[in-house]
Amino acid sequence: MQAIRSFLKTFLLWELLQGLWVTLKGMFRHKTTINYPEEKTPQSVRFRGLHALRRYPNGEERCIACKLCEAVCPALAITIESDVANDGTRRTTRYDIDLFKCIYCGFCEEACPVDAIVETRIHEYHMENRGENIMTKDKLLGIGDRYEAMIAADRAADAKYR
Amino acid sequence: MWEWGALRDWLSGLMTPYWANPLLTAVQILMVMIGLVLTMAFYTLAERKVIGWIQSRRGPNRVNLFWIPGLGQPFADVIKLMFKEIIIPADASGFLFRLAPFLSLVPALAIWAVIPFSPQHAFANIDAGLLYVLALTSMGVYGIILAGWAANSKYAFLGAMRSAAQIVAYEIAMGFAMVGVLMAAGSLNIGDIIEAQRGGPLSWNWFWLFPLLIVYFIAGVAETNRAPFDVAEGESEIVAGFHVDYSGMAFALFFIAEYVNMILISALTVIFFFGGWLSPFDGYLSESAWLAGPSFFWFGLKTLFPMFCFLWLRATFPRYRYDQIMRLGWKALIPVTLVWLLVEGFMVYFHVGPWKGHL
Repeated sequence: MQAIRSFLKTFLLWELLQGLWVTLKGMFRHKTTINYPEEKTPQSVRFRGLHALRRYPNGEERCIACKLCEAVCPALAITIESDVANDGTRRTTRYDIDLFKCIYCGFCEEACPVDAIVETRIHEYHMENRGENIMTKDKLLGIGDRYEAMIAADRAADAKYR
Repeated sequence: MWEWGALRDWLSGLMTPYWANPLLTAVQILMVMIGLVLTMAFYTLAERKVIGWIQSRRGPNRVNLFWIPGLGQPFADVIKLMFKEIIIPADASGFLFRLAPFLSLVPALAIWAVIPFSPQHAFANIDAGLLYVLALTSMGVYGIILAGWAANSKYAFLGAMRSAAQIVAYEIAMGFAMVGVLMAAGSLNIGDIIEAQRGGPLSWNWFWLFPLLIVYFIAGVAETNRAPFDVAEGESEIVAGFHVDYSGMAFALFFIAEYVNMILISALTVIFFFGGWLSPFDGYLSESAWLAGPSFFWFGLKTLFPMFCFLWLRATFPRYRYDQIMRLGWKALIPVTLVWLLVEGFMVYFHVGPWKGHL
């Protein structure tokens, strides 16, 4: 009996018709595609994108060249050289992040005792020439200056969960 | 095909009818070809849209035409393909490699000569129309085999062999399904086959020959190498099958041939089983009512449904394994058609059904 029923099911294409019904219903389902440049998916304040170096409100660099980020970086993407600045403070003379090596894990941000290196929400960037993948100290500080408002707001929004 | 009353008279005044008739025929052929290629172009768009919708995507919507998103996609594709280089592999058989795309495209277009778009509109109203269709659908496989062989590539060759074996297997089932239609109509003439179905949707062949309809359509899908029978171009095993080594417009010709064949199988399904250009109100409303009269409009509208089914099947089913394809073709479809031919024979003999008994 079971054999006959199974044979009839196969022969009358019953399962195939069920499948067709599912896909036909699917045609009228809500479309989940986002029209990317015009519409964007919501982004978390914790999003880990392009890096930036921050300054204190008085314009002083936060980074004290402790090299904790360099030490924690699992991809060895960060290279730091340091020296004593004119005012006697310890400062970096070189702070390079190789974006091709970086895995955007966020450990540098976690390791930083002064919240100097951060990962911003910027993720739509590109490089046109070889070498542009190396983010130098100037470039990182530039991004930090330009997006300080966004960076500070994101940190403030996330502060109560940390 | 068309009568062209005034135009024909005017042309005949300019030149002898000896020249005017071929000229008008050429114009008509051009019109049908342009219509077909445009249908094919938008069919590719429809395919991507429908499959997109089924998968909860939007489908192509970046190229606008007449402010409709995505409508310009086929033209963008054509322009892209035209600017791509046609690469001919060094070890390929040059002449056959160049010939193969045409061998698959020409039969696909030539079959349309006997397709009646409406009672008045068919290029050739030949008595053996059904045989002509069968013969030319078989011709298409030569293009595929030659393409696979001439490219001198293992993958192309495997694809061509698979395709050939599959088409041979399914042609038998398809032929038997056509025999059923032939028995119902009592004629090989395609116009007569449609006329024989006159009398409303229930006297169309689909009702009495339902198993043959299913077999015919499945065989048609297999014949055009479409999913779920597209082992000839199984991406995971043989890259793209018989057309791996083709690029640019040479590839586009295979593409056009495949889609024109799909439209053709849809049109033939409608002609054999859904009454061609007959109106679904035929027999319910009086013949003089516009809706009840046979027209190109009904033919086109009905053809859209099998065309949609092609896309629907592709979006639904995974590809068959090769031995499953062969088993389905030889052990399921052919016996089903044979049994139903017998049943149909009894129905015709005992005058069951709408047909008047031609035996």
